[in-house]
Order: sequence, then structure tokens, then C-alpha cells
Amino acid sequence: MKIHTLVVLVQDHPGVLNRAVSMFRRRGYNIASLVVGHTETPGVSRMTIVVESENVEQVVKQLYRLVEVLKISDVTEDPVVDREMVLVKLHVTGQHRAEIVALTEVFTAKIVDVAQNTMVIEMTGGPAKVDNFIDVIRPFGIKEMMRTGRITMVRGGKGHSGAELIDQAAE
Amino acid sequence: MSEKRTGAQILCEALIMNGVDTMFGIPGGAIMPFYHAMWEYRSDLRHILCRHEQGAGHAAEGFARSTGRIGVCIGTSGPGTTNLVTPIADAWMDSTPMLAICGQVSSTVLGKDAFQETDITGITMPITKHNYLVKNINDIAYVVKEAIHIATTGRYGPVLVDITKDALQASAVPDYSKKIFLPGYRPTVTGSKKQIKAALSLMLKSKKPVLMIGNGVMMSDASAEIRVFAERYKIPVITTLHALGAFPEDHDLSLGMPGMHGWVHVNRAIQEADFLMNIGGRFDDRVTGKASTFAPIAKIVHVDIDPSEIGKNIEVEIPIVGDARIVTLSLLEEEPEEKLVAEFHKNAAEWLTYIRELQTKHQHKQQYLNRPDTSTMMPHDVYAALTKQMNTRGNYRVVTDVGQHQMWAAQLLDWYKPRTHITSGGAGTMGFAVPAALGVAVAHPEDTVWAIAGDGGFQMTNQEMIVVIQENIKNMKIAIINNGFLGMVRQWQELFEGKRYSGTPLTSPNFQMLAEAYGWTGITVESVDQIDAAIDRAYATDGPVLIDFRVEREVNVFPMVPQNKSIGEMITE
Ligand SMILES: Cc1ncc(C[n+]2csc(CCOP(=O)(O)OP(=O)(O)O)c2C)c(N)n1
Ligand SMILES: [Mg+2]
Repeated sequence: MKIHTLVVLVQDHPGVLNRAVSMFRRRGYNIASLVVGHTETPGVSRMTIVVESENVEQVVKQLYRLVEVLKISDVTEDPVVDREMVLVKLHVTGQHRAEIVALTEVFTAKIVDVAQNTMVIEMTGGPAKVDNFIDVIRPFGIKEMMRTGRITMVRGGKGHSGAELIDQAAE
Repeated sequence: MSEKRTGAQILCEALIMNGVDTMFGIPGGAIMPFYHAMWEYRSDLRHILCRHEQGAGHAAEGFARSTGRIGVCIGTSGPGTTNLVTPIADAWMDSTPMLAICGQVSSTVLGKDAFQETDITGITMPITKHNYLVKNINDIAYVVKEAIHIATTGRYGPVLVDITKDALQASAVPDYSKKIFLPGYRPTVTGSKKQIKAALSLMLKSKKPVLMIGNGVMMSDASAEIRVFAERYKIPVITTLHALGAFPEDHDLSLGMPGMHGWVHVNRAIQEADFLMNIGGRFDDRVTGKASTFAPIAKIVHVDIDPSEIGKNIEVEIPIVGDARIVTLSLLEEEPEEKLVAEFHKNAAEWLTYIRELQTKHQHKQQYLNRPDTSTMMPHDVYAALTKQMNTRGNYRVVTDVGQHQMWAAQLLDWYKPRTHITSGGAGTMGFAVPAALGVAVAHPEDTVWAIAGDGGFQMTNQEMIVVIQENIKNMKIAIINNGFLGMVRQWQELFEGKRYSGTPLTSPNFQMLAEAYGWTGITVESVDQIDAAIDRAYATDGPVLIDFRVEREVNVFPMVPQNKSIGEMITE
């Protein structure tokens, strides 16, 4: 199955996330990850949705049927900056501490909490780098882990701001 | 308008300002403030009290489908609104412009499982074009405007507005002037000129063209334009279930209905066509049969106002996103070379002659050629008599329920005018006919409105008959095609399940007596020779009449394409 990345700008209304997710569920599309957050424009939220689907055209058209969806860009083939953050809590015994500290440096990760038997590491990077980091760190014994899912932005001048879409509509 | 009003008064005024004059509903706790207020506005805002919210919803649909205007239904919180779910789903499937107004518990207790609290916006999210939960009186006027705008533009559909009781009870100075602001909602109505040109030149290159029209033609009132287009190019026209009447069936170019219970010659024409232009139809599986086998030779042009319909079920050569009427007008603006047109006319004429030959070999429109040979009363006899009477008396509209009687009506009655055939197509909702016909009768007091229902579906919503009496509606008649079975299911059991009639034989009350109990005139017809007199009497009676036609029990609707088979493989007897 092909993996597609969609950047979706929506009006920041209650229920809009629910509408989008519900559409995916009932049409049988698989969401690999979905992140929503505020944008530079008040009233406009942005989602990065990673979808597993051979053909994403229907997904896009169905999403556009939602009244609050402003703009959908399929950025799968575009040059993008892709970022994801992970928090990992490791079970740490004294003998491994030094090794872990060295690894976090290699991955430019940060140790954000240290306790008697645990350590929390924050790491940010492209999805592949995050995968890689988790693989490397796993043997030390992961107690808890949480990935944010990816956020994506097209490099260079391409891409859309919320304000530009709202202005267009107001014309 | 600088005086304070209650939220409920604002709701009434907003509805009136946005063109609403008729509503169907049932009151209850949460929606009571609205009922309290609507009394003051009753000369401009007619409320018709139904007996079940499902009835109110279907009545609103009948009103909407027969007029093209928004149909409005009302339910109170909890069960009142869950009862609206079926008609909302029905309106969603058939792109019917509908506004559902729901009472909700007060915002102070919302989310606390208060008495009669139901998350109706959550429940209806997948079956509405959009929905709102209004908790603030200051949003009411704008939301009503926006909701009606959304329901009646682009691809029409149901919109639900859920309003909390405290918002209806609060008071504020209304502001009706706020302009609609929907940055994410800008339906494309004008088709791309380039695509339209390309579609026409593709058409002119073809030798076996067909034009298929669907619900979009009805909803956009494009019948006249379609007719001009068809006549200009002499292209044969296929009308889907929801387009029956959008092109007159007595026209030389009319082929009739395609699909599962369409005519053999129509399905054959589709399978042999080298060009198919679908305007306003969505290639529903009941039309296409097994989609991968549909119109294998044809180059397909698909015109639809909803981009998500194009390429969903059937791959197309040329997509055109736009309103059926506006696109047809653009098609008419094109002026192709006369030589090309003359050549096209010649080929289309030969093609049509060929299709007409197929038609004589197979099923005909005429009832008797399709009628099994027995002396008992066949459904076909009833339809033949109804056709004759409707044609001579004129001004008829027919609302059908779901099942065999629905398909016979589509096949055997004559459809000449738009919005005269109204049925539940996409959802196939039994119980649609009686309340929807009530809505049609209210909207068209000048016409005779026939509800044609099966003995099964009739019993799902017949309680609405009393509304006809209470509202003094004179122009509604009901014909029950009473076959003692859930007939359409029985037909499948007979054909595909070795005649195991599990859960399909149906005992019914005496429908004539039931009608009389409601204050209707009731008539029972048991043999062919009684049919005409009964219909005569129905027409002669100034008031609602029900006729119970006790037809032969095990009759099948033919032709038929078995589910998921190619429409080229029809069973004809
Ligand atoms: C609400 C609902 N329930 C069940 C069905 C499934 N169904 C489709 S046709 C049919 C039989 C209808 O029987 P009747 O109303 O007597 O009409 P007939 O087919 O006999 O003309 C049934 C049960 C349906 N379409 N709608
Ligand atoms: Mg029946």
C-alpha cells in the first residue's frame, strides 16, 4: 500500500476533527498518523494526515466535501520538511547510563528527566531517523514511549497559509 | 428590528426570511419554546403536526423533491431526533435539500446525560451535509441562513441544526444581516469550457451514443435544456429512476430506465454504446450492475456537481464538474461544424433504429406485453388502469415506497413531467411513500397525489394518514399493491434461495376498514373487473381515498439483473 502525506487546512470549529476522522473510517481508509494544531492564522487549524492507500484522489475529494475544509495538498511527492517527536522512558541501570548518554548525543536527542531507575529522552527528527533511534535504544529496555506523529511543511515558496485562503474566500 | 426577541422568535423570523413557509414536526420538552413562538408566526409559517418524526422527515422530503425548495422537519431532543435519523439518511442518499431542526437539552446540562439528551450532531455527522450544535442565541439567525444555504446549493443535502433549550429561551436583539462566510465551501457550478468542448467533440466522433440523465437533472431543473440538447443532436436518452419524468417518455428519443429493473433494450444499448454521457447521475450499483462490466466499449463523459462522484464507481474519459443545467447550457452554446453534426445525426438514427428493434424483440413499455398470462388480477392490470386514468385526468404526481410495486410503477406508469415521480432511491426506505406523498400533496394542492405502496411498507408509516384528515388535505390517494408478502424479498428468495420464504409472508389488517377508521374512503379491489370503477371512485371523491388492490401474490418484477452481475445478463422471465 502506498503511503501518502496530506496537509489539510481547516476552519477551527468544534467537531471538525471528528468529521474528518469519521469520513476516513466510514470510507474504509487507513490513517497511519494524524496531527492537528493551530496555524499562524487564528481560526485556521492544520492537519498532517498520513494515509495508507493506493489512490488518494478519492480521499481528497471526500475530504473536500466537508464544509470546513479549506485546502488539501498531497505533498507525498514534494520536497518537504518532515518532523516527528518521540518521548522515551527507559529503564536504566547504572552500567548503561554512559552508553545511553553517548547515543542521545549521536541523535542530538535530549535527556529531559533522570530518576533513580529511569530516564526520559526527547528526540526530534524525520520519521526514519526517529525509527532508527527507537531501534537503537530499544535493547536498553523501553518502559514507555509516545510518538507525536509527523508534521510536514513543503520546502521553499510552495504551500498555503491560512490567511491567504480566508482572504480569497472573503473576496 | 432593534427590539429584543427570544431565540425561538429569532428562529421563526430567520426561517421566514430564508424562504421557509411550511414545516413538519412534533413538539416536546426541549423544542417547546419554538412551538410557543411559532404560534405568533403561524400565518407565514405553517406547521403540520405529524404522528411520528420519521413521517415528518419524509413529508419534508416529499415537499422538497416536488418543489425544489428546502423541506423542513422538527423533532424534540432524544427520541424525537433519533426518529428523524432515517429520513435524514434518506435525504442524504438522494441529495434532497432538507433542514432538520432539533431541540436539545439546555447547555447547562449538556453532556451530563440529561433527560432526553442524545448527541444528535454526533449521530448524524456521516449522513448530513453539515450540522450544527447551537448553544448561543446570537448564533441562531446566522446558522439558519448558513444551513439553508448549504442544503440548497452545490449538491443538495440534509443539514441539521440542533439548538439548546436555553438558547431558544434567551432573549437578544437579532442580527439578520451577517453575510454568509464559508471559505471552505465554494461549489463549482460552471463546467470547464475546455472539458465541455472536448466532451462534445468526443460525442460527435461516436456512432452509438447515449445520453444518460440522473437526479442532478431533476434537482437543477434542467429538463428543458436537456430536451433541446437531445433534439439538437438526436441522441437517445436514458432516464435513471430519479430522472423519470425529466425527459418525456413518449419522446422519439426516450429509451427509458436502465439498471437492475431497467429495460433489456436500455441495458443492451449501454453495453453496446461507444459513447455515454451521464449528466447528473452517480453510477449507482443498481444502475451499473457489476461496475467493471458496465459500458465496456463506451467512452464516458460524467457531469456531476460533486467532484467526489466522478471516478468513484466508474472510470471516465472526460470529467466535468458543474451544475447539470449550467453545463447543458454550455454544451448548447457550442457550435460544431454542421457537417460533423449531419454525420452524427445519420449514425445516431441508425443506432436508434437498431435499439428500437431490440426493444420490439424484448420488453416493451406497454403493460400487457410484460404481463404474465393469467386471468387473476396482476399488478400489471392495476398499473395499466392507473396509467390510463392518470393520462386522461392529468396533473398527477406519484410517490412510491420500496419494493416490487416501486419498480413496477417506475416501469409501467408514464412519466412526462419533472418532479412527478418521487421515490426513495439511494436508501430504499420502506415507509417513505405515505408521509412523502403528504408532503407533496401539501406543496401541490392542484395535483392529484398518489402514494403507491406495498402492504409491507404501508404499515411502517400509515399513521400519517390521520394528518391528511387533520390538515384537511383533499388531493391525496393511496394505492396498496397488496400481495401478502414482503414481495421484493420474496422474489429474491424465489429466484436465488430455493423458494424458502423465510420472514416474508405478511398478514395485514383490513386496509379498507383501517382507512375508514382514519376518516378516509376505503375501497377493496379483488378482481380485474373492479379496478376501473375503484379508480373512478377515487377520482370522484373529494377527499383522501385508499384502494387496497389484492393482487396475485407471487409475481416477479422482470426484467432483472441479478445482484453484482453485468447488466448485459438480464433475466426476462
Ligand atoms: C425500512 C426497510 N426495511 C427493510 C427493507 C428491505 N426490503 C426491501 S423491499 C422489501 C419488501 C417490501 O414489501 P412490500 O412493502 O409489501 O412491497 P412489495 O415488494 O411486496 O411490493 C423489504 C423488506 C427496506 N428496504 N426498508
Ligand atoms: Mg407486498
